[in-house]
Amino acid sequence: MFRRERSIPLRGSAAALCNNLSVLQLPVRNLTHFGVVHGPSAQLLSAAPEGVPLAQRQLQAKEGAGVSPPLITQVHWCVLPFRVLLVLTSHRGIQMYESDGSVMVYWHALDAGDASLVQAVFARGIAASGHFICVGMWSGRVLVFDIPAKGSNIVLSEELAGHQTPVTDIATEPAQGQLDCKPLENRDCIADVVTADDSGLLCVWRSGPEFKLLTRIPGFGVPCPSVQLWQGTIAAGYGNGQVRLYEASTGTLHVQIDAHARAICALDLAPEVGKLLSAAEDTFVHIWKLSRSPEGGYVEVEHCHGECVPDTQVCGARFCDPSGSSFAVTGYDLAEILRFSSM
Amino acid sequence: MSVRTLPLLFLNLGGEMLYILDQRLRAQNIPGDKARKVLNDIISTMFNRKFMEELFKPQELYSKKALRTVYDRLAHASIMRLNQASMDKLYDLMTMAFKYQVLLCPRPKDVLLVTFNHLDAIKGFIQDSPTILHQVDETFQQLTETYGGLSAGEFQLIRQTLLIFFQDLHIRVSIFLKDKVQNSNGRFVLPVSGPLPWGTKVPGLIRTFNNKGEEVRKAEFKHGGSYVAAPKEGSFELYGDRVLKLGTNMYSVNRPVETHMSGASENLAAQTQESIAPNPLAKEELNLLARLIGGMEIKKPSGPEPGFRLNLFTTDEEEEQAALTRPEELSYEVINIQAAQDQQTNEELARIMGEFEILDQPRRSASKGDDLLAMMDEL
Repeated sequence: MFRRERSIPLRGSAAALCNNLSVLQLPVRNLTHFGVVHGPSAQLLSAAPEGVPLAQRQLQAKEGAGVSPPLITQVHWCVLPFRVLLVLTSHRGIQMYESDGSVMVYWHALDAGDASLVQAVFARGIAASGHFICVGMWSGRVLVFDIPAKGSNIVLSEELAGHQTPVTDIATEPAQGQLDCKPLENRDCIADVVTADDSGLLCVWRSGPEFKLLTRIPGFGVPCPSVQLWQGTIAAGYGNGQVRLYEASTGTLHVQIDAHARAICALDLAPEVGKLLSAAEDTFVHIWKLSRSPEGGYVEVEHCHGECVPDTQVCGARFCDPSGSSFAVTGYDLAEILRFSSM
Repeated sequence: MSVRTLPLLFLNLGGEMLYILDQRLRAQNIPGDKARKVLNDIISTMFNRKFMEELFKPQELYSKKALRTVYDRLAHASIMRLNQASMDKLYDLMTMAFKYQVLLCPRPKDVLLVTFNHLDAIKGFIQDSPTILHQVDETFQQLTETYGGLSAGEFQLIRQTLLIFFQDLHIRVSIFLKDKVQNSNGRFVLPVSGPLPWGTKVPGLIRTFNNKGEEVRKAEFKHGGSYVAAPKEGSFELYGDRVLKLGTNMYSVNRPVETHMSGASENLAAQTQESIAPNPLAKEELNLLARLIGGMEIKKPSGPEPGFRLNLFTTDEEEEQAALTRPEELSYEVINIQAAQDQQTNEELARIMGEFEILDQPRRSASKGDDLLAMMDEL
């Protein structure tokens, strides 16, 4: 069971975007960092366990031509082996900051060409894999940036062409985590990056100096706004309220959950315990326990907890610790971060 | 965000405007022929072909205040006049109604059905004018062409764009409060029961498959809501059962138009910030606005037809009171654009706006930029 903790006030309400909450835990100082997009600005704040906000910072998308200030599409902390970067995507480009948002270390402008006249141009979907940061684009491409251990010499190393429609989300997992459960001969095809798009298509990749497309899992007419990866299992949340679990290397469907009454807007994983969180526009957050079936070895699911956040169109939700004993939720038009922890 | 949002925003807000005007015209006992003329004139202006052409060009949304000027123009396209307080109230009601519809929309794509509900009702308002009916049908066709082929993902982006446009707007509307679809803090009630979106299954089932794709286990869980499957999908055809009721006329003689003004105090800071900060992009917005409104053809009242003033409030005293007590952060009065900086745009916009100018209004003689702002203020 979970109970409501004191919520954290925000300066501006959360915008109606999927995955509109990023959480970074810094166990050293017992602080949790939260990032939420308001619209043309994003708010970063750190909070002590009792929920008192300590430091706050507003970030803006870089200006450019246009009628209105550019809207931010996502903020996300990327934990790399030697450093943590905060990545902000918008309708203008990609901004990478030091983890506290104080210094912008890299800027990548979107090159829309003629596309901007007929369709919205934006970056969306952020994840780190090894020393790479992957960022999705409106065009379906995924940009792979090589991040040095320090400094700002960030290089666009590859562009992945797997999607035809706008990228929605990217999930990664350290390949190391999967090694234990794989036979030796299969280690070359360990999937450690999954990209999702507006048509629901998933592309499964093996990261490296050159990314390799391992498999494609077709969509079924609804977007896949959020995706996660855990021990070689893909968890995908869809616009029709379903959560599906696939074997990453083969693309085989193992579990299909009629999980929510409205579009899913966020998934998160607590890797230590294999707990999955799903949040949707139906005002519900559900927590699931994933495990491997003892006989077949494929993934199974059990429902653990359902939480209704009344009259809130949830737009972001994340676990706040690796064991999944607390989570935070943001909602459209709501100027606070709601927090829940297990009793 | 999506560059395909403006037509939907404009048509739905326009539809809500017509619902409210129709109700107020009847409540104020405006003679039938005059009321019909007003609705016909406004609809004909709204669906003007040249204006629709501009509207359907891919473009970003305007600010709330800039869009408000478009409706000021539209509401004054006939012999009816609204003063500032009534116009404020009209715009509040329109925006909150459409915000509710977008928020409650089962699937993002259903925002198109909401639009069709408005268009269907607008056609019902048109009296004895096949020409105007044809205009609306043309727009219907344009909607089908523009939106018929869009994917679920594109509709999701459109819905997100609309929700961001309406973000932080928490005006309490009495009809919503009475129906218990809005809470006293201005937030809408999101039901956890009733029909599901088309294509969504009743939540509560976990199905497990083995490596061969055979179902090996079926388990149930308690979702917490109580839903029923959608009976059928609403029709996207010119004539058809939309199934969805969002976007239909919720006003009637027994359900008058009323508002309670309340700036939600928690978001006061954010709103004030928006209105004070000078917008460096305003010049460009003005440019686009000039082009858009330029497409709006307004016939000057001609002949002996006397005009009249419509009141959105029950009495004139209430209207005066509303004008005095309106929370500052909800004020649309001054369009915060640095108009004086771009002479050319201003002249163009002033010229266009001037064409619609109601002649009996006193004009302050200053630079063209001041003229424009003054005109907007005077509405």
